[in-house]
Amino acid sequence: MIRVLLPQHLRTLARVTGEVQVEVEDRVTVSSLLDAIETKYPALRGTMRDQTTRQRRPFVRFFACEEDLSYGSADEPLPEAVASGAELFLVVGAIAGG
Amino acid sequence: MSKVRVLVGTKKGAFVLESDGKREKWDVSGPHFAGWEMYHVKGSPVDPNRLYASQTSGWFGQVIQRSDDGGKTWQPVGNKFAYDGVTGTHMWYDGTPHPWEFKRVWHLEPSLTDPDTVYAGVEDAALFRSTDGGMNWVELSGLRTHGTGSQWQPGAGGMGLHTILLDPLNSQRIYIAISAAGAFRSDDGGETWRPINRGLRSEHMPDPDAPVGHCVHRIALHGSRPDVLFMQKHWDVMRSDDAGDSWHEVSGNLPTDFGFVIDVHAHEPETIYVVPIKSDSEHFPIDGQLRVYRSRTGGNEWEPLTKGLPQSNCYVNVLRDAMAIDSLDSCGVYFGTTGGQVYASADAGDNWAPIVHDLPAVYSVEVQTLQ
Repeated sequence: MIRVLLPQHLRTLARVTGEVQVEVEDRVTVSSLLDAIETKYPALRGTMRDQTTRQRRPFVRFFACEEDLSYGSADEPLPEAVASGAELFLVVGAIAGG
Repeated sequence: MSKVRVLVGTKKGAFVLESDGKREKWDVSGPHFAGWEMYHVKGSPVDPNRLYASQTSGWFGQVIQRSDDGGKTWQPVGNKFAYDGVTGTHMWYDGTPHPWEFKRVWHLEPSLTDPDTVYAGVEDAALFRSTDGGMNWVELSGLRTHGTGSQWQPGAGGMGLHTILLDPLNSQRIYIAISAAGAFRSDDGGETWRPINRGLRSEHMPDPDAPVGHCVHRIALHGSRPDVLFMQKHWDVMRSDDAGDSWHEVSGNLPTDFGFVIDVHAHEPETIYVVPIKSDSEHFPIDGQLRVYRSRTGGNEWEPLTKGLPQSNCYVNVLRDAMAIDSLDSCGVYFGTTGGQVYASADAGDNWAPIVHDLPAVYSVEVQTLQ
């Protein structure tokens, strides 16, 4: 199982607390992982990526294994540590600092 | 015993305010969807327990929420707003072509006859309709593609379709308004559209009388006379007696004719309300005095309504969707401010009191009259 930590607003929208776990049948990529999250939690469709273009929302980032995975191809394999559930996949909303 | 339910959308959540017909004591629930921008919340006139809400975020995009129990519980419904066909371009601020991009839903207008049918006015300007309670949305693309869309340009707040008026006497007639494109009408249920801006004059445009490009802020009508329209334009309060085919100014003795809201008394079709705002450079009331102006003559002759409203040091704005009127006798008038106050008058505007005064900035106010 892949472990995912959603930002607070998306946890509220999905009506979950803490981390969520999803299963990905094929290659574990950002794209296939988001597919699995959206299938399990339909309320999250469109909140992390555009539903038509499938482009990541500009203020949403994907972190894992102390790396920012937001900028690579969404079809690149994610690290084995994420695929095995050893490491969390973090969906992060950019901070609104100032 | 009658009740009223006031639905308030704010910059940081939605609130539901309920009172009995006296409208003196209020129960406040919320924030619903805390931390999200709630552009609009509105109930079905057919089924008052059916509410629709536009929940939006610069981070996480657009969500549509639906309640089937008057706002006690909510469920997210469909949020895919895909423009129909090739989107083409509209005009950007600098005059260059700019592709249509969906940003958010500004206004939700439930059908007058079917609780599962609801219209959504969106930015970049387009009109969508759902006939399954908000699960799926289809663009009524005849508006965006009727021929003038390439000339539409965003106002400072974006190119939003903010006003949707359904004619209660003619199910095929719909009015909409867009900032800053103007007003448009369909006479065939939303399939085809045409601009209805003749008589509008906007000095900020190269051609002040152009068919499109006017920054219409809000249009209102009375259900018994839907051919009579009242408009708060960027500057100027306007009136049409022919379903928008032509407009004439009725600003009359208003201290300033800039503003955002306009609404019509529930039982007196010639009684209308505006909240004058100093100017497009200074979005607050003149001299720090918050005043609703009422005309009992369909415009031109206006009286200030001040009792219970702050008459010094008040520098709030009242946004375009932030006024509503209930249908009790005498009718209640409500408006919300960017300072977080929601004011109510239970006597058609003669006397006012705040229901709440420390909410986040108020984006929208709607009211339901419940039996």
